[in-house]
This record gives sequence, structure tokens and C-alpha cells, in this order.
Amino acid sequence: MIGLEHFLIFSGTLFCIGLFGALAKRNAIAILMGLEIMLNSVNINLVAFSRYITTGDLTGQVFAIFVVAVAAAEVAVGLALIVAIYRNRMSVNVEDFDWLKW
Amino acid sequence: MNVMFWILAVITLGSALLMVLNKNIFHSALFMVVTFIGVASMYVMLQADFMAAVQILVYAGAIAIFIIFGVMLTVRGNMKQTNLFSGNVEFAGLISLAFVVINAIMVTRTDWPLSTATPPEETVSTIAELMLTKFVVPFEVAAILLLVALLGAVIIAKEVKKTS
Repeated sequence: MIGLEHFLIFSGTLFCIGLFGALAKRNAIAILMGLEIMLNSVNINLVAFSRYITTGDLTGQVFAIFVVAVAAAEVAVGLALIVAIYRNRMSVNVEDFDWLKW
Repeated sequence: MNVMFWILAVITLGSALLMVLNKNIFHSALFMVVTFIGVASMYVMLQADFMAAVQILVYAGAIAIFIIFGVMLTVRGNMKQTNLFSGNVEFAGLISLAFVVINAIMVTRTDWPLSTATPPEETVSTIAELMLTKFVVPFEVAAILLLVALLGAVIIAKEVKKTS
């Protein structure tokens, strides 16, 4: 029988795949994609808790919907930043984005 | 349900891994869409029908198109070798693997206070009621956040004109 633990381990593994993508990639858009996967796995966690622990009380799902709204705002601003930086530097490689270093 | 869960979990995690390991950023974006749809199927298995619809609409629809637009606006020339690893792969892999193991141990060791109630058949009307009564202030704040992000994205991405 599939229970809460299966969903928690699944979402933890998905989170770590996203974390690996966000930490190990060179392309700024790939880092944004890793972030989206991480936010998605957190949402699975919230919905799983609302299904198995507070059944009938949908607060966890409402929280997940707010996370989706914030993620949509975040990806819009992030891509706008990447496009603006690309216009100046002609690169999306995060190892080139070093002009805040002294 | 058991077999379906395992099939969907393998598809979702496999496409997420392929997304991370692929060297072509466009193929990575397509695997990301598969992962999003797999997550939507997980919501269906958790009897969260509205969340599944939101996932398909927002992630597999809007955010996927956004990311592909970003790829098309930034990558020049050949698509191969556009999504390489940076210098800290070993470090990132080690951290991620450690998190997977720690998470699995913690989840299996914890005694979860499971509820025995049956989940509701449909969730949309309850979520709508919660959104406009108990969570009306965060709902409006989320609307303002989306408006601010929209304007901010337009201003950041706009061509900077030299003022004389």
C-alpha cells in the first residue's frame, strides 16, 4: 500500500535532483529549471501532508497554490534578469557573472 | 494504485535526471515538461484534483513556454553543448546524495500522526471557500505580488535608452 512515506521520499529525491541541477549547472536558465523542480517537490510534500495527516482540511493545498503563484512571479523576474544580463554581456554562463566580486 | 505509483515515480524521477544530465538546453526544457506532468499525476494520486489542473496549466503551460522563450532569446548558434556542468559537480553531487540519504532515513524513522478520515471527493469548492474567507489577505497579497512581478519583469527586460 502506498502511504505518506513513499510520497515524502519521492519528493525528497526530486528536490535533490533539482538541487543538483541548480548547484552544478553553468547555464543560468538551467539553474532556473532546477529551482522550478525544487519548488514542485515542496508542493508535493505539502499536498501529501494535507492528504494523509490533516485529511479534509485543505490548508496544505491552499499553501501549495500560493507557492505556485510565487514561483510564477519568480521565473518571470529571473528570466527578465537573464535577458537583461545577456544583452550586456552576450553570455548566460554564471561563471562570467562575476562583476560583483572585488 | 501501487503499480501506477511506481511507474509514475520512475518516469518523473527519470525525466528529472535526464533534464539535469542533458547537454542540450532545449532537450533539458522538454524533459522538464515531462517532469511537471509527472508531478501533476502525483497530485491526482493524492486526490488533489485542483492542484493537478493548476500544475498542468501553470507549470506545463506557462512556465515551460517561458523557459523555452528564454532559451530561444539567449542561445546563439549550435544547440549542442549549451548546458554544461560548472566546476563544482562533485561537490553538488555529494551534497544532493547526502540529502537523499538523510531524507530517506528521517522519513522512515519518524512516527507520522496519520489521519484515518476519508479524503473529500472534490476539493475545488472547499479551496474556493478557504481562499475567500480564511486566506483572503494572502490571496490579495499574491495578486499584488503577481502585478509587481509583471511590471518588474517588463522594466528589467526593457531596452535601456540613453537619456540625453
